[in-house]
Amino acid sequence: MDKIRVVHYINQFFAGIGGEEKADIPPEIRPGTVGPGSALQAGLGDEYEVVATAICGDSHFGAHMDEDTETLLNMIAEYKPQLFVAGPAFNAGRYGVACGNIAKSVEEKFNIPVITGMYQENPGVDMFRKDLFIIKTGDSAADMRKSMPKMAALAKKLYECGGKVEGIGSPEEEGYHERGIRVNYFADTRGSERGIQMLLKKMAKQPFQTEYPMPVFDRVPPAAPVTDMKHAKIAVVTSGGIVPQGNPDHIESSSATKWGKYSIEGMDHMDKKDFMTIHGGYDRAFVTEDPDLVVPLDVLRELEKEGEFGELANYFITTTGTGTSTGNAKRFGEEFVPKLLEDNITAVILTST
Amino acid sequence: MRLELGKIHIKDVQFGPETKVEAGVLYVNEDEIRKLVLEDERIVSCRVELAHPGESCRITPVKDVLEPRVKVSGGGEIFPGALNKVGQVGSGRTHCLDGACVVTVGKIVGFQEGVIDMSGPAAEYCPFSKTQNVCVVIEPKDGLETHDYEQAGRMVGLKVANYIGKAGKDVEPDEVVVYETKPLLEQIQEYPDLPKVGYLHMLQSQGLLHDTFYYGVDAKTFIPTLMYPTEIMDGAIVSGNCVAPCDKVTTYHHFHNPVIEDLYKHHGKDLNFVGVILTNENVFLADKERCSDMVAKLAKYIGLDGILITEEGYGNPDTDLMMNCRKVQQAGVDVVLITDEFPGRDGKSLSLADACEEANALASCGNGNVVIHFPPMDRLIGMTDYIEMQIGGWAGCKNDDGSFDAEIQIIIASTIANGFNTLAARGI
Amino acid sequence: MVKEIERAGIPVVHMCTVVPISKTIGANRIIPAIGIPYPLGDPHLGEEGSYKLRMKLVKRALKALQTPVDGQTVFETDDF
Repeated sequence: MDKIRVVHYINQFFAGIGGEEKADIPPEIRPGTVGPGSALQAGLGDEYEVVATAICGDSHFGAHMDEDTETLLNMIAEYKPQLFVAGPAFNAGRYGVACGNIAKSVEEKFNIPVITGMYQENPGVDMFRKDLFIIKTGDSAADMRKSMPKMAALAKKLYECGGKVEGIGSPEEEGYHERGIRVNYFADTRGSERGIQMLLKKMAKQPFQTEYPMPVFDRVPPAAPVTDMKHAKIAVVTSGGIVPQGNPDHIESSSATKWGKYSIEGMDHMDKKDFMTIHGGYDRAFVTEDPDLVVPLDVLRELEKEGEFGELANYFITTTGTGTSTGNAKRFGEEFVPKLLEDNITAVILTST
Repeated sequence: MRLELGKIHIKDVQFGPETKVEAGVLYVNEDEIRKLVLEDERIVSCRVELAHPGESCRITPVKDVLEPRVKVSGGGEIFPGALNKVGQVGSGRTHCLDGACVVTVGKIVGFQEGVIDMSGPAAEYCPFSKTQNVCVVIEPKDGLETHDYEQAGRMVGLKVANYIGKAGKDVEPDEVVVYETKPLLEQIQEYPDLPKVGYLHMLQSQGLLHDTFYYGVDAKTFIPTLMYPTEIMDGAIVSGNCVAPCDKVTTYHHFHNPVIEDLYKHHGKDLNFVGVILTNENVFLADKERCSDMVAKLAKYIGLDGILITEEGYGNPDTDLMMNCRKVQQAGVDVVLITDEFPGRDGKSLSLADACEEANALASCGNGNVVIHFPPMDRLIGMTDYIEMQIGGWAGCKNDDGSFDAEIQIIIASTIANGFNTLAARGI
Repeated sequence: MVKEIERAGIPVVHMCTVVPISKTIGANRIIPAIGIPYPLGDPHLGEEGSYKLRMKLVKRALKALQTPVDGQTVFETDDF
């Protein structure tokens, strides 16, 4: 049987080329193992073969990230990899970022399992934990003997389960940095019974493990207030699911993956002939009758006329809030904010049901 | 209250000239069911179809699922106040056709009706892929207002379940389970050394397709109250809602509330199950504040040491869940939450819309956003015209051969947030 | 979405019914709305009453946008 083809990525230091003075060497690839690759090969065993080692200087990669990634991907492609291992990078920041970048790109391009390893304080951990399995390592190469077998073990497991995250055990069991991804599984007992077991422990003041640790939300400091409202340009954004009749962009009624931007130019209120709500989370009867209840266009026009503020943007931005993932909501914001900036919007009224 | 629940195991369902149970087979008379359903002039047509586990069969859009039950003795009738005359239930003897279900099907009221596949990958996620189903497919009168249509559909389920349930009245059950909860002071006395545990059952009550009824009372109009756990087994709580299909607490799931069933299993062994608090999930902040205050007060008042809390739906009800959790825990009662999660298709976002520090013990019912493939089926009960609009679907998710991709939240009760299933999510 | 807007330096006022969610996700200027099925107005007050109520809330929103805040602030009344 053919052996499973593995490509390994390391930096100039682990390739034995040199330290900081050689950090600007461009990408290259060599057949077989180089440096820590022999430990990787030993960990993977006879069914796997490290067929090539890709190498790049950390500074070079940092300075030419896009071109170097492209070059490395082309070099790696020639070896037809089935599994990709980068590092470990320990606490080397630029090396960690390089490992993360190249591993993520390899996964996207070749659709094969990838793995890397880093120390918890390596900036690459937070940059790539959502995307990659990153084995926890010590902070220096002295830990190579311990970390390489862990990387090899998880790499094999990933390969064997076809790269599906569902097949991988908990961060504690496998020794990787928690990725913050929720995956489904069928438990041995149903949720009600597990809840009761947890309650019995909690009441007895014994240790128990929640199945979903409460998240910590990030905070953004308040923006400075509007100082000249008379000349301010206001835009309305809503999560109330108001869309033009017929929902032209097919925004979902729940767990939205899209947002829309629709004109209100020349309108003095939200007419039910023009707009509807598709929000699946509330009784839509009232808003169907009067969409101004969510997008207060009628009063905004009145206030605009009275000169309470400068002008109203000639569109509103909308999506469905219910069940919409925080990741998507953040993405929506990132997508439409440049538009708001481009249109010199001074302030936003965001309405939610 | 002491209730004997006689379970008549149903292995098969067939059409027959008479609605009856014989040797574990339920026979149903289609004409009688249709006549019963068409008594309501808001419904213009009705078809009855049978679906068995393992068949290549898809049922959608599903409104509710109910188990046929009948009161044998002890006073009151099944579905008091919602269908039958209002009267106290929860005592005496009740028979159920265990393994048989009534499934109401019809074009959508909103976006919230769901899918049941009797085989294939989606069947893994659905409790009703494993039951013998009597599907009642209804068509409403043209132009019927949505609230009226929802009400008419709800009544169809209750009527048919009640009608079929009567067939079990004089049948000797295969199994009798006895559930008993005594008046509070006596119940506490019975097991003085065991921790006193309660259950907070949050009823969805946010309006159209999101309502629940207790003895016929719309849950949004009541304030938190106490209930004997056995009342629910006689149909004191009826679902009038769809929420999202995956975490819909069907009327079947009220009969078979898993927290109540499992607490009874522990009752007298390692805990003392003293009762249930009912509350609602409202659309006004003041109501949310008021009801969660009262929940915490009741939990303390009846002397609980610990409580399990379940919610129905997601999004803003997560706030009710967290408010209840925070206030009850701060009142000195240990809380465990049971709920499902919506962290996005890739599982990388936050699972709940709200959070609080006190929520340090939570049992997961799975990620409802996971996408799976629904292969074509030989037989369709209902219609797939709305798949792309139903919650969990999206524009373009359906293929010409009838197959489609959708989030598992389109499957009825796949991630039901009361712990009925073994599906769970974990962090990697 | 609120945070992304604010991150870009554009002040945003969040008008919403479920204030606790708004606080959890991190909005800084919050106006409590009336109810989930009708956040800005109240159909039971008639068209005119509902409009007046909406006007009051939107005016409060404009005022909140002109008010400096240190952290998360819920504007419950017009008195600020």
